[in-house]
Amino acid sequence: MSHHNDSAKFLVGVYDDDEVVLKAVTEVKSAGVRIHEVYTPFPIHGLDVALGHPRTRIGIAAFLFGLTGFLTMVSLTYYTMGYDWPMIIGGKDNYAYPAYIPVMFELTVLFTALGMVGTFLVSNGLGPTVKPLMFDLRSTDNKFVMAIDLSKNRQSEVEIASVLRASGAAEVNVKQF
Amino acid sequence: MHVTSPVRTPLVTGGKTYADVTEDICKQVEGKPTREWTIAFVISFVVLIYGTCCVFWTWWEGLGVWGLNKTVGWAWDITNFVWWVGIGHAGTLISAILLLFRMKYRTSINRAAEAMTIFAVLCAASFILMHMGRPWLAYWALPLPNAFGSLWVNFNSPLVWDVFAISTYFTVSLVFWYMGLVPDLATIRDRATSKVSRYIYGAFSLGWNGGAKTWARYEYISLILAGISTPLVLSVHTIVSMDFATSVIPGWHTTIFPPYFVAGAIFSGFAMVQNLMLITRVVFKLEDYITFEHIESMNKIITLTGSIVGVAYITEFFIAWYSGVEYERYAFLNRMLGPYWWAYWAMMTCNVISPQLFWSRKIRRSVTWTFVLSVIVNIGMWFERFVIIVTSLHRDYLPSSWAMFSPTMFDIGDYIFSFGLFFTLFLLFAKFLPVINMFEVKAIIRSASEKLPKSVSGVAKGESVTSPTFNKNVE
Repeated sequence: MSHHNDSAKFLVGVYDDDEVVLKAVTEVKSAGVRIHEVYTPFPIHGLDVALGHPRTRIGIAAFLFGLTGFLTMVSLTYYTMGYDWPMIIGGKDNYAYPAYIPVMFELTVLFTALGMVGTFLVSNGLGPTVKPLMFDLRSTDNKFVMAIDLSKNRQSEVEIASVLRASGAAEVNVKQF
Repeated sequence: MHVTSPVRTPLVTGGKTYADVTEDICKQVEGKPTREWTIAFVISFVVLIYGTCCVFWTWWEGLGVWGLNKTVGWAWDITNFVWWVGIGHAGTLISAILLLFRMKYRTSINRAAEAMTIFAVLCAASFILMHMGRPWLAYWALPLPNAFGSLWVNFNSPLVWDVFAISTYFTVSLVFWYMGLVPDLATIRDRATSKVSRYIYGAFSLGWNGGAKTWARYEYISLILAGISTPLVLSVHTIVSMDFATSVIPGWHTTIFPPYFVAGAIFSGFAMVQNLMLITRVVFKLEDYITFEHIESMNKIITLTGSIVGVAYITEFFIAWYSGVEYERYAFLNRMLGPYWWAYWAMMTCNVISPQLFWSRKIRRSVTWTFVLSVIVNIGMWFERFVIIVTSLHRDYLPSSWAMFSPTMFDIGDYIFSFGLFFTLFLLFAKFLPVINMFEVKAIIRSASEKLPKSVSGVAKGESVTSPTFNKNVE
């Protein structure tokens, strides 16, 4: 993970309370400070909206993967049962599609799950060899951490630190990668 | 501000902070194995080794070592298969259906219940492989081009549907469970003191850092996974039931099977969750997270699904009589009064009568009663499958070929194998992974805690209240 250059310097506001950090996002933003990201030990509803993150489109990907799974099984059952080796079973059509609905459904679910989770991992840059950028190790435990990229803000370090404190940060630290 | 509704009983007791949740759950993972765990693990492992020897002999020598005969061609193998798959269903029900219904009590039990699902499906799959007799040819069940002029599998057959259903179910459950683990694995990674555990938990936590954007997407995919797992879990036992229902054997050829099997699956699965959680709760001292509220809620589901199963048994009987088909009528009378009457009545007593005791609030909030009744329910559900399979087969159309089934030591040994496998895996899970979903419990602390501490965050490991030591402070 090195899309940040060596000199990337962050100011890290550490909050004790999920409700405080949610309000703090709005306050810090209205003070004109650009927030890099907020890291939390559990999902806080409305935090992504407050930060202005766009709504995820992963649902579209999931749908397309599901459709692919469905069409794969439609093709496979059609090819095997209707075309390559047609058999008359129980006096029905070779391609007796109602009997294939269960397998079509299963493959739809399988492709949706694997494709969607794969997309999620890729789009978030997650993988077994990824070293995460941890601004504060407690952000996976009990603290709520707001990271401010100093190079992306015009205000001085001290100014931003006081904005963070005013918004309820219990600590303000410097983190350099 | 969130205020705990007085109507609802709390789901987390003891005024836990976020740091307490981390500490209480991680303690088991980080500490040395306890005496209880070691003893339990050794016993399970010995059982697994004994079972593995039996399974090996079954494969080496062939299915002749089982008590099957030409009349009863399916017995303990498929009984065990259906039993284990059914048990697995509760995990998905808890993690997916209760998520869709926004039932908060799922958060303390979903992790272990999903682990149970995965291990139970593995046990079930092992019986599928065993009953093939020649498990090295298991891939014949897949639609692969082959040496026999590309004769394909028959997609009209529920047995082929089952191959797809079980493998999809296993894969999706594993993915769902693992995705749920990732944020908690990151917590363990960030607390780890040894290099080895930092490396291992680091690799498995996939570089998770809990950013708001990641969380938003994460919640979205969890919802979709729950949304697709719900019809999936219903489809799996529906298809399992169709293995029987699409045949023309009296006693199997029953349209009520799909809902009846699904209800039975949830019934037995919740009973197994109760057994596992009641022990985990005491051994790992998790009474503040798995409260009487959880136990009671699960017992209510056991009562509901047990009643559905009871109604299904009676409906089956009524329909057998109402159909006017003498073979159908005989199959059911033979179940109730024939040579396997004891299995039938064991099923009826365990499944229909015993869960009705949970109408008493005192009984459904009692640990002992819950544990005992859950064991009874699972015995009953095993007998249900035995009754359906063996009593429907053993007296077929020609009285000259009527037979009885009696298990050999390999029928029993192969069943014991599945217990060894299940408990060995579950104990490994309980030691090396967080048995309770930490981040989901933290997320409900505000709305479902008995009393909120003054500072909900608490003090993290290695941190003192007065002087933060993690990073350089800005003056």
